Amino acid sequence: MSLITTQGLTISHGADPVLRDIDLDIAEGEIVTVIGPNGSGKSTLVRAILGILAPSAGIIRRKKGLRIGYVPQKLAIDATLPITVRRFLSLPTRISDDVARQALTRTGVQGLEDRQMAALSGGQLQRVLLSRALLSQPDILILDEPTQGLDHPGIAAFYTLIEEVRKDTGCAVLLVSHDLHVVMRASDRVVCLNGHICCQGTPGMVQSAPEYHALFGVSEGGALAIYEHHHDHTHDHIHGEGCTHD
Amino acid sequence: MTDPFLIRAFLAGLGVAIAAGPLGCFVVWRRMAYFGDATAHAAILGVALSLLMGMPVAFGTMAIALAMALTVSALSARAHGVDATLGVLAHSALAIGLVAISFANGVRVDLSSFLFGDILAVSSEDLVVIFTGALLVLALLVWRWQGLLLATLNPELATAAGVSPRREQLVLTLALALTVAVALKVVGALLISAMLLVPPAVARSAANTPERMAVGAVLVGIGAVIGGLWASWTLDTPAGPSIVTVAAIAFALSLPLQAMRRGR
Repeated sequence: MSLITTQGLTISHGADPVLRDIDLDIAEGEIVTVIGPNGSGKSTLVRAILGILAPSAGIIRRKKGLRIGYVPQKLAIDATLPITVRRFLSLPTRISDDVARQALTRTGVQGLEDRQMAALSGGQLQRVLLSRALLSQPDILILDEPTQGLDHPGIAAFYTLIEEVRKDTGCAVLLVSHDLHVVMRASDRVVCLNGHICCQGTPGMVQSAPEYHALFGVSEGGALAIYEHHHDHTHDHIHGEGCTHD
Repeated sequence: MTDPFLIRAFLAGLGVAIAAGPLGCFVVWRRMAYFGDATAHAAILGVALSLLMGMPVAFGTMAIALAMALTVSALSARAHGVDATLGVLAHSALAIGLVAISFANGVRVDLSSFLFGDILAVSSEDLVVIFTGALLVLALLVWRWQGLLLATLNPELATAAGVSPRREQLVLTLALALTVAVALKVVGALLISAMLLVPPAVARSAANTPERMAVGAVLVGIGAVIGGLWASWTLDTPAGPSIVTVAAIAFALSLPLQAMRRGR
């Protein structure tokens, strides 16, 4: 059953459509990666799905009672606003210390409770945001450019984590990325966006689609790489300052 | 110094501090300083209309402050860089209000009491109005606290969690209009923004959570009221500006602490 369906979705800022005729369907437990260059309407699509932007035309249908776990691209916290990781996790629903500890442990950033949100590294912030998004036991996780600012091992580790989360909870994942060359291995579907949907399919299909190469101007040789990770090694961690490993 | 008027003055200041502290935190976090200014300046127009129409001043102030706050809220939601427009609105309301007050014949008006407050002349009836308003503001903020905080941190996160940023903005707008109406008598239209901005700025240096900062802002506000009233009593200075001056001194003293925190 579909969690989110859009039909002919068009969003305009003023007269110019930023997105046009988007037909997208996200099924339960599916991992969908949306890639597109800057200005291709990725964030607009996310904002429309979240219900922040109203469609100029077309419709968005969400499953009744759909719970969305949203991980924003960044969290620009004003320097005047003091907030610890622990306090942040209790928004908007207050949770117990135990639940908070488990949530942080699950994403590999245990022990950060008393840190200020503004003092976290990019990787730590991503994982804290993910912890919070998972607290509501979402039907779908929506991640906006979650790997921005992470190095390659960081990206690999984060993708592995998302896969594990999907496996454990069965939630669908909608992941938006400006990285045209690398997508998550576990993606069930890759959608190429540039104002409209250029092509979509399994990573392998998109990899060989002429539209993909035409749109992004990548040579056949250096095309879409699929993030492979190997299960025979220990998973990477984001190393927090002062965090010890056993 | 236990004269009844001093006690009333202290209680009036207390009322303003408990409303302005937490509300001021949001004003600071959301960078809405201009918002407080515009709303407070509009209050003078409200005073003028109340006098001309023979209404209770608190009522007219509240109405005009709310109208201004809603206008500002709508304007700033629509476009960025509306600074100049807001400035024009705020100062026009102030100027037109001052002109209009001069037409209120037969009413002997002490203009400076509306501009700078007249905390030493607060009556028991005023206290009822002040505390009703202040407790309403506090109740509103406590009730909406979680949503307000999330919408302040990130509007998208709020929407995804079913919290409407627009509704939370409306809550703040309402609270601001109420606070302006409440604080007018105490610190006056020109200094209301100071009571919204300075105590939270002081409290920031010692707080690690939003709640502690809000409580800290209330305590700093109360301290400023006590210090300001004391200064006004012993040095014969105007009470409202003295309160703000004490808060400003507290801010200056908190600067090394803030530098230390940043340096860590």
